[in-house]
Amino acid sequence: MVKINNKKLAKFLGFKAIRLLILLIVIAAISFIMIQLSPIDPVKAYLGQRIVSQEQLAIMGEYWGTNLSLGERVMGWLQTLASGSMGFSLIYRVPVTEVIMQKFTASFTLMIVSWIISAVVGFGLGVIAGAKEGTWIDKAIKTYCYILQSTPTFWIGLVFLMVFSVYLGWFPIGLSVPIGQLSDTVTFWQWLYRLILPAITLSIVGIASLTMYTRDKLISVKKSDYFLFAQARGESFWGIIKNHGIRNILLPAITIQFLSFNELFGGTILVEQVFAYPGIGQATVAAGLRSDVPLLLGIVIISAIFVFMGNLIADLIYKYVDPRLRGDDDE
Amino acid sequence: MAKLLEVNNLSISFTQYVQGLNRHDLKVISDLTIDVAESEIVAILGSSGSGKSLLAHSILGILPYNSHVEGEIKYRGNVLNQELKEKLRGNEICLIPQSVNFLDPLMKVSEQAIGECKDEKEHAEKKIKQREIFAKYGLDESVDDLYPFELSGGMARKVLLSTALIEDPNLLIADEPTPGLDKKSVDETIEDIKNLKENGKGVLLITHEIDVALKTADRIAIFYSGYVIEINTVENFKNADNVLHPYTKALINSLPKNGFKLTEGVQPLDVVDGCPYYENCPIRLDKCENNKPKLVDHNGVMIRCFNFEEASDES
Repeated sequence: MVKINNKKLAKFLGFKAIRLLILLIVIAAISFIMIQLSPIDPVKAYLGQRIVSQEQLAIMGEYWGTNLSLGERVMGWLQTLASGSMGFSLIYRVPVTEVIMQKFTASFTLMIVSWIISAVVGFGLGVIAGAKEGTWIDKAIKTYCYILQSTPTFWIGLVFLMVFSVYLGWFPIGLSVPIGQLSDTVTFWQWLYRLILPAITLSIVGIASLTMYTRDKLISVKKSDYFLFAQARGESFWGIIKNHGIRNILLPAITIQFLSFNELFGGTILVEQVFAYPGIGQATVAAGLRSDVPLLLGIVIISAIFVFMGNLIADLIYKYVDPRLRGDDDE
Repeated sequence: MAKLLEVNNLSISFTQYVQGLNRHDLKVISDLTIDVAESEIVAILGSSGSGKSLLAHSILGILPYNSHVEGEIKYRGNVLNQELKEKLRGNEICLIPQSVNFLDPLMKVSEQAIGECKDEKEHAEKKIKQREIFAKYGLDESVDDLYPFELSGGMARKVLLSTALIEDPNLLIADEPTPGLDKKSVDETIEDIKNLKENGKGVLLITHEIDVALKTADRIAIFYSGYVIEINTVENFKNADNVLHPYTKALINSLPKNGFKLTEGVQPLDVVDGCPYYENCPIRLDKCENNKPKLVDHNGVMIRCFNFEEASDES
């Protein structure tokens, strides 16, 4: 159904790749400079509580390059980065890429599950509210969204923990693995069971905005001439909502959902902290608190790529699924 | 010929809130009476933005919620209430909309012409019918898969017309079918509408283009400031002497072929007590200022003017 012009697609992706490269260089350089200008001293962070002499400090500094100028240090960082190495994590004592791979996989499942929940629930509620505009059900959904939107995620997480884990005892307090068990012996169901509460909490961030957006879009479709005409042709109300309403709002809604990757990443840091879920969010907080500069910079770069991918997919969908834009591309 | 549609004393007004909580009733159509028979084209001619489309919307029952409707609409002698409107619209009464904006921008035009179907079988049947109608209007198979934005103005008109004909309706309401079209497309549209009449269908043509009305219609109703002031046969419109209302005369005289004569004056925007044309009328009477004339029959012509009301009273 979707005609894809391969040459055009390659050109488009090529452009996007160049943009990503430039973006990454700029982000890597800026975040590196910011860390350099911050009070964090990498040498002291590395040594921790150990007591060393001034001479030993100087040797360490020279070995790590802290005596070089800022420009030289930035260039050095970018060169190492270009060779594929992000350095060695000070907390985990393994290469940063390894830490990120492991933590990101855990977070990725959490993020994807909650992303899908928020897409389905948010879109569904939005369609109902928009179709039933002005009725009590619309008002109830709107009120619900306003409350969600103005509530911090971590607080919702705490409330969920109190209600569902402490009072009702339905879910565990935290951790992605039962205490006293190795992570590779966990069964799928144990893992899923522990994912439910954090995933729902995280999904709540996205639901409110998507619902309000979908509702708004549907209401504007309801005011359109083609909606009126469909009514004039005797089509049933829910038939029109299904055939014309959803058809016209699905694409922008999916786009919005892909553009919300940044909120998702921000949300996961808070949620993982509240639920003690060992993912990229916890690693970020740990790296920040314990001055693990290489890990922090690595996470910044990975999160930039993640958000960029979300935007890229949104762009692609618009360009290749919407017939109005696709048509312009055919030569 | 049997009457298909009868509209008697229809008034449509909107409730608006102006300056806070002051409610204001905006009357758009006042005391409109018109009828359409089988195999007949009746044009409603009025300036753009005067609310003519609302007549179509009210026949189909798709007016917005803040509208208030008085009067009665009958279809084949039965009063059209909302329930009957919902049953008849799309089958017996079909709308030919103004522009391509009335098509879903993300749906292929063939699917839109087919419309909502209960099951696959109905869809397959309608698909065959859709192909026939498209072919009749010279739209080949490549058009089926186009989206509305890919249609040219003339093609869009034919698609819009096809959407109305799939269900084989008896009454068609064409709402401004010719705006922004080139002359060739306008002529084609006029031909298409006339063909509908040949097939025994009644057409209510709503337009602001006097030329289109003159070329297409059997009878023309003049819509002025929310009122129908005259309904006359198209033959009488050929000459200003044969139409009765002073506004209609002025309208005919203003046509290029009749000497381009300009009459000063504008349509009143506010509600007036008397005749809406009082301000500009050359033959006004004293009572026209504060009394509203009714639409009366004068030798077969419907006219809203005291000059003729009296004459018909005497006879």
